[in-house]
Amino acid sequence: MAQTLTRTPTRARTKAQIVDGDIHNAVASDKALYPYLPERWRQYHAQFGMRTYTGSIYPRANPNAARTDAWPPSGLPPGADLSFLREQLLDAWNIAYGICNPLVGIQGPYVEYTAALARAVNEWQAAEWLDPEPRLKGSIVIPYEDGDLAAAEIDRAARDPRFAQVLMLIRSREPLGKRRFWKIYEAAERNGLPVGIHFGGAGGNPFTGAGWPSFYLEDHGGTSQVFQAQIASFVCEGVFERFPNLNIVLIEGGFAWLAPLMWRLDTSWKRLKDEVPYLHRAPSEQIRQQVWLTTQPMEEPAKPEHFVQLLDHLGMADHLMFATDYPHWDFDAPDQAIPARLAPTVEAGIMAGNAKRLYRLS
Amino acid sequence: MDEIPPGTRKIVEVAGRSIGVFNIGGEFFALRNSCPHQGGPLCTGRVSGFVIAETPGEYHYSRQGEILRCPWHGWEFDIRTGQSWFDPAKVRVRRYDVTVAPGSAIATVEPPPAPGLAPGPYVAETYAVSVEQHLVMVDVPG
Ligand code: FES
Repeated sequence: MAQTLTRTPTRARTKAQIVDGDIHNAVASDKALYPYLPERWRQYHAQFGMRTYTGSIYPRANPNAARTDAWPPSGLPPGADLSFLREQLLDAWNIAYGICNPLVGIQGPYVEYTAALARAVNEWQAAEWLDPEPRLKGSIVIPYEDGDLAAAEIDRAARDPRFAQVLMLIRSREPLGKRRFWKIYEAAERNGLPVGIHFGGAGGNPFTGAGWPSFYLEDHGGTSQVFQAQIASFVCEGVFERFPNLNIVLIEGGFAWLAPLMWRLDTSWKRLKDEVPYLHRAPSEQIRQQVWLTTQPMEEPAKPEHFVQLLDHLGMADHLMFATDYPHWDFDAPDQAIPARLAPTVEAGIMAGNAKRLYRLS
Repeated sequence: MDEIPPGTRKIVEVAGRSIGVFNIGGEFFALRNSCPHQGGPLCTGRVSGFVIAETPGEYHYSRQGEILRCPWHGWEFDIRTGQSWFDPAKVRVRRYDVTVAPGSAIATVEPPPAPGLAPGPYVAETYAVSVEQHLVMVDVPG
């Protein structure tokens, strides 16, 4: 059979409701932030700019770490063109809500500057993404090496209810449970916002306890090491005990590793309680109550039944939230990503219900 | 046919299916534009070759222009056969036959595997293609 050749139109591949927990809307260029920067910081940005520490960031195999089909026809970088993002992501997959996580390096040591930059990114989000597209919710970017400035930005930006969470990156200069970060958690709790902590960051430390590996494959496949360290820090420093209404969302860090970490922490806690007498709840209890996880990049065991067992070990299927990571190259497709058949209520929770509950989406 | 010069491709819709027609040095091949992994638009991916290292530190390049990489997660497929090569143990994509007319030869040559690679179980769907009076025809089995 032979037919005339035409192009396939885009159609939504999914019918069930989906909330996407991790969308990377991108700043098209440095200049795109200028309208939101006061004169002092525009000048500083143009003349000096951010201290870079690219040694922390492994080359991503694909330019901008993007799907090669995610470069918009407009010539803007992947994730920077709202109408293309609508077409390729929101409409194509019938996404009811998406959480924007703009990955802008706000980790420099000059905190007055990073505070201005964070505020500019938040105002840019509100004006250029949240105003025109009600399906998108924002994340409050903060200068998180400084607790006071970060808390002030949370209090300021949180007045706009379209911001769904506070955003940090997992690779910090020091473990995130430490006292110097507490003002951030206090402010997040005060404003009723979860703190999302995303893969990446340039705090200056390797993501492993063994030094700097050679390959991006090790970074991508081994990133759970730093997520584990941060979770242990949150638990042991007593962050969850001090801020019992704080919710932490681990974004793009996987979840298969968490059950065995809980087992180990619980066992050690029983024996070492005297070291951390302020921990009244078992580590696993704190984690199951106050930690949430996004799914992408999905854990893909060779046997689907192992995925079901994994959820059973984890005991947190009601805190797992689907994410695509659009437009990045390790994107998960909503209709294909879950590698096993799950009970319909569990699946609906992962695909939309859990995120709607956490982020209070209607 | 003139629309698909050697080294290029065209994405077309045939019988409700999106299909990529590739011209490799004058031979035509057709693959389903849907990746067996998560359904990415496979045929819009980059075309490249293999880099093979039989042992760390030794590299060869081969099959330049014949290997298609999915634009999403980069799985590699042989355009000639639809065979996946990224994970010999697991993946193969179905391929469709391509014929070039007026001759009736069907280009179904199995190329020798590149050194160090064994075919995976997944094959991208491929379709028969023929060229008649400068029209490229793709055969989609019922
Ligand atoms: S969808 Fe093609 S490699 Fe994943």
